[in-house]
Amino acid sequence: MSMETTLSHDTPAHDDHHHDKPRGLARWLYTTNHKDIGTLYLVFSLLMFFIGGSMAMIIRAELFMPGLQLVEPEFFNQMTTMHALIMVFGAVMPAWVGFANWMLPMMIGAPDMALPRMNNWSFWILPFAFTMLLSTLFMDSGGPAAGWTLYPPLSLQGGQSFAFVVFAVHMMGISSIMGSINVIATILNLRAPGMTLLRMPLFVWTWLITAFLLIMVMPVLAGAVTMLLTDHFFGTSFFNAAGGGDPVMFQHIFWFFGHPEVYIMILPAFGVVSEIIPTFARKPLFGYSAMVYATASIAFLSFIVWAHHMFTVGMPLTGALFFMYATMLIAVPTGVKVFNWVSTMWKGSMTFETPMLFAIAFVVLFTIGGLSGLMLAIASVDLQYHDTYFVVAHFHYVLVPGSVFALMAGAYYWLPKWTGHMYSETWGKIHFWVSAISVNILFFPQHYLGLAGMPRRIPDYSTQFADFNMISSIGGFIFGASQLIFVGVIVHCVYKSRQKATAQVWEGAKGLEWTLPSPAPYHTFDTPPVIDETTIAHAHSRH
Amino acid sequence: MSQQKKKLSNASLARRLALISVAMFGFGFAMWPLYNVFCDLTGLGGRGVKIAEGADGVGGSDRQVRIRFDATVNSSLPWDFEAVDKAMTVTLGEMSEAMYMAANPTDKPLAGHAIFNVTPPEASLYFVKTECFCFTQQVLQAKEAREMPVYYFIQPDLPASIKEITLSYTFYPDKKANLALTESAGK
Repeated sequence: MSMETTLSHDTPAHDDHHHDKPRGLARWLYTTNHKDIGTLYLVFSLLMFFIGGSMAMIIRAELFMPGLQLVEPEFFNQMTTMHALIMVFGAVMPAWVGFANWMLPMMIGAPDMALPRMNNWSFWILPFAFTMLLSTLFMDSGGPAAGWTLYPPLSLQGGQSFAFVVFAVHMMGISSIMGSINVIATILNLRAPGMTLLRMPLFVWTWLITAFLLIMVMPVLAGAVTMLLTDHFFGTSFFNAAGGGDPVMFQHIFWFFGHPEVYIMILPAFGVVSEIIPTFARKPLFGYSAMVYATASIAFLSFIVWAHHMFTVGMPLTGALFFMYATMLIAVPTGVKVFNWVSTMWKGSMTFETPMLFAIAFVVLFTIGGLSGLMLAIASVDLQYHDTYFVVAHFHYVLVPGSVFALMAGAYYWLPKWTGHMYSETWGKIHFWVSAISVNILFFPQHYLGLAGMPRRIPDYSTQFADFNMISSIGGFIFGASQLIFVGVIVHCVYKSRQKATAQVWEGAKGLEWTLPSPAPYHTFDTPPVIDETTIAHAHSRH
Repeated sequence: MSQQKKKLSNASLARRLALISVAMFGFGFAMWPLYNVFCDLTGLGGRGVKIAEGADGVGGSDRQVRIRFDATVNSSLPWDFEAVDKAMTVTLGEMSEAMYMAANPTDKPLAGHAIFNVTPPEASLYFVKTECFCFTQQVLQAKEAREMPVYYFIQPDLPASIKEITLSYTFYPDKKANLALTESAGK
């Protein structure tokens, strides 16, 4: 087998940095190069996006009509749970780590990530973690079916496969923590001379803050699932009332992780959009330092709002008021961001290439998701919205036309830098318009379903919900299919496109990555670049 | 740049960041004692209920409050369990008695343990029990039915905003005791 031969060939070289890279599988297994690892993360997350997406298609197909048609309720529950776990931990988070790997060193003038070997390890844990997680679907007791929140006592009623879920979550956590340590070490230690903190591109800033959130909350999730594991298999009673525990405590611990987690998925999106809008508006980002402080404020607030997920569980009035107002407070720094993006576009010389289209759609549709979030924050009315499709509509608006659109915007934006070729602008635009329209057909009706009282995570529904569910499912099928266009555009760009990309790629692009040739060479910034006021985006800011 | 000289090496920075992660893993487990303290302070989970065995009522109030009684059995304990009186109105500070009824319809002895809760949570801080079947493990022989009383009073300083209190019990099987019971029955 080629793996064994390459293993024996591989000597523990101290400085294999500039040697010829191995070929084939070995190149990807042993690579410590930030661009290779970035590619691995991005390809992996795209694969997971399609696996998680197929599960969503099963869910929407079952919900196409009232009654049970296609799948058993138990399997439906496994689909909703697995869809969420795969999309959160397998698609969105690794995709952002992929962007971080590719772009951070190039944006701050570093030769590579600070801890390249750990970088390799943090990626290669993931395929094993998700193989374990997905394998539970083929076990006798089936996959996890209690929702991605894994609330006890329901999650403890699962069978033996639950141990696989817990260990998969542990491995994902270890991977994210190692990735985050790498990001922080890179940003704090490897910036080129002159790249002061307040000159860093916003994507770098948002990732720095995201990385701190990750190393603080992923261990809390690991602790929570460990307690579930010992409650399930070793007779402890952390969450078992009979033994003096409290299932509500799990919800507190889970959401202490869970709320920062949703910002982990959206903060890098804020960063990417803050790179793209100035480029295509041909104006510097409006309110750069306000953006940095707003990001930090959102990250801080994310730690003190967790119980807004638990208003229906019951809490003292003062508690409900505190969590309600603290949650509403998050709208202030988020509003600052939205206003700054709009102000950046104001009177700009705008053009509407695919990355810009996705970025503008992000601003509009993420704001809709943010406003429905404000509605959910109101403790008194949350009692009606809780666990309905209104919640489903809310978080899908912030995650799909939010995080996922920002990922696509970023992919189109930097694809020419990665591959050296231009993608097909026509097909990119077709992908955008089909996605942007179908995503609204998919999720907007769910607001009404939720307000009318349709509960989430149930495979059947009352007939009065039939029409909106059918519309939503049709939107879902179109949205799912339109992502195949995305794959087509990428494959075409990598292998077929003959249109060479220039170094700057986009007329208005500023920043160190655009001073490098396209495609970016395997090793970049071996000697630190000289920071030139005209090439970096935020040179005008305070030193 | 002096700032650059003071930079930590990559390895020691990574070690410190990893230490934060380890500490946060510990924090997850520290939530358990912290949550208990929080519940004791706020009365969440019925944690505020005081036990004063043998005490008498304190008197000294003519305010009345309505108490509702709720009974549940965990699905793994095949008992019938209900409150004899679903609700009563009591005078603050005065001793009252509430009666529950538990029955074991199976033909083998079973042990159970009752866990209680009080709603609204802050009301539990003013709830005093002098005697309760929940203090100890209860064994019901085959086909046995028994009345289970609770003696309690509500402290007169109960906040005026609380007009109604629900006391809820859930019976769970005592697995260890049940194992011993089946073993001794087998002998």
